[in-house]
Amino acid sequence: MPEARRLSYIESVNAAIGQCLATDPSAIVFGEDVAKPGGVFGATKGLATQFPGRVFDTPISEAAILGSAVGAAMLGLKPIVEIMWVDFSLVALDQIVNQAANVRYVFNGTLTAPITIRTQQGALPGSCAQHSQSLEAIFAHIPGLRVCLPSTPQDAYDLLVAAAAAADPVVVIEHRKLYFGPKDDVTLSDVPQPLGGARVRRHGSSCTAVTWGAITNDVIAAAELLVVDGFEIEVIDARWLAPFDWDMVGASVARTGRCLVVHEANVTGGFGAEVAAGVSERCFHSLDAPVRRLGAPDLRMPAAPTLQAAVVPTVARIVEQLRQSCQE
Amino acid sequence: MTSALTIADYRLMYLIRSFERRVAAMRDTNDIVGSVHLCNGQEAVAVGVTSVMQEADTLTATYRGHGWAIARGATAAELFAELLGRGDGVNGGRAGSAMLSVARLGFLGENSIVGGGVPIAVGAALAHRHRRTGGASVVVFGDGAMNQGSVHEALNFAAAFQLPVLFVCENNRYSELTPIADMVRDPRLHKRAVGYGIPGLEVDGNDPAAVRDVTRAALRTARAEGGPRFIEAHTQRIVGHYIGDAQLYREPGELDADKAAEPLVVGRDALLASGTTEPEIVSVEVEVAAAIDDAATWALSRPLSDDASVREHLYA
Repeated sequence: MPEARRLSYIESVNAAIGQCLATDPSAIVFGEDVAKPGGVFGATKGLATQFPGRVFDTPISEAAILGSAVGAAMLGLKPIVEIMWVDFSLVALDQIVNQAANVRYVFNGTLTAPITIRTQQGALPGSCAQHSQSLEAIFAHIPGLRVCLPSTPQDAYDLLVAAAAAADPVVVIEHRKLYFGPKDDVTLSDVPQPLGGARVRRHGSSCTAVTWGAITNDVIAAAELLVVDGFEIEVIDARWLAPFDWDMVGASVARTGRCLVVHEANVTGGFGAEVAAGVSERCFHSLDAPVRRLGAPDLRMPAAPTLQAAVVPTVARIVEQLRQSCQE
Repeated sequence: MTSALTIADYRLMYLIRSFERRVAAMRDTNDIVGSVHLCNGQEAVAVGVTSVMQEADTLTATYRGHGWAIARGATAAELFAELLGRGDGVNGGRAGSAMLSVARLGFLGENSIVGGGVPIAVGAALAHRHRRTGGASVVVFGDGAMNQGSVHEALNFAAAFQLPVLFVCENNRYSELTPIADMVRDPRLHKRAVGYGIPGLEVDGNDPAAVRDVTRAALRTARAEGGPRFIEAHTQRIVGHYIGDAQLYREPGELDADKAAEPLVVGRDALLASGTTEPEIVSVEVEVAAAIDDAATWALSRPLSDDASVREHLYA
């Protein structure tokens, strides 16, 4: 039986990285402040001591971090690198999009770049516009990449272990709002799960809510608030955007006839657009209402908490949108 | 230790030149399509550097990388096939002229992003160290790449960890279509490495023996965990940046001077001066020409890349 421990989300991330280092001698971990300081959020705490020489700090050089991960992976290492904030990936997107994503395909399978890029994203009160974006759609748009967003301590562990075991580049996008949330019983399996697969977090028949990342908790909270109105919302946590679990989402919408996609990212060009289009194509004849999207309005992210609260979708707005989807 | 130019050096330079002449002809007839960047005039750098690389060493190059692939041991046939979009190409026709790799030779690829391959080479060096391969990572890039942030990040990264990397800057005086001298305050590019704590060396990039000698020492140091080295090889390309480049940026008489200084001309004269006979050289040239003919004929006879395979190898 795999060990089970009560862990917070960030502790689960730490346990997953430790598990990868312990089971795969080719795994190495590097990034800014990850070794001696243990990561700005503590994701890699203690690992440099436990795995000497395999966990190291780097210069503040995202292109060098990501590029060297690609090169090391091409020669058989399994780098797990941290990009401290997803916003920082933009200064080195070349190494993710032009380099990592191309290796296997362009070289016809003769070389591969199985890297795991851990990062975190999202808005928290006071976070500035360059430390608050939700950029998952950028990565999900890139063929050759895998993208996941764990929303529970168990998934923080499972998805990262799966990513590190994968033979392709994977972007694991955590949300720092979840890092220090409540502890949960986390099963620390050493058997990586397959990539992909959504999860029904709440069963219902009135409407399907598709979501991912930290806002999943708000969608579940909103769903509970609608019970008094007689609506039972099915909440699907997508977990993986690439590959996306169309089967589960399609089957749910075929049953409920309604669908709302909720994400923290702004609406235009968000991955919600892809989900809405995909659901419309697959479930057109089952739909009783238009597939709707709820995300942040198309704005930059202000730092002031009052302004930020007007941007990031709240439970109240999710309730309102779900009710509309159910009643239409 | 100083070495001398050998007939083998000349043969390899001549092979690269002959390969690329045929590539240019194939581009003219549209058998090859798309951007093609020739290394005519720069062959001595690839020949000199690769002559002292060992099996465990890896190589990362630029889109002007046909010569490096051939010097490292790729066959003209598999490269022709690649450029011609044939399934038998070294990457099945998916990479083309400007992004090809040869995995079995540790040739980790050309790169069509200026400077993009340099951090990757640093990662290869991480792997050499971690896996104790005994090898070093060689990365070649142009003078233009010296103004890319990724290159500077990579230089510092390699220096900070004393990784086994040999940085080779082929300075052909042009950053694509613009003189490098107009784009920097100090054109002595190797001096920049010193700022990162990496010994910065320079060499006559038209002399394979000189390149060999400076590379041998640098690679020995890198492999022995003595830290990275940087070599600026002064050379010239005697063709456009790409096939079709009108080269309006050239000064009058410049190309004539470059063509007199380029390594095949200088190398041929040097061999004759040191006692190799004209018939010996001609016999090498004839042998290479025949080999190129055979390789080109074979590649042209192979089927075009099968579109049924287009979805393969995106993921494991």
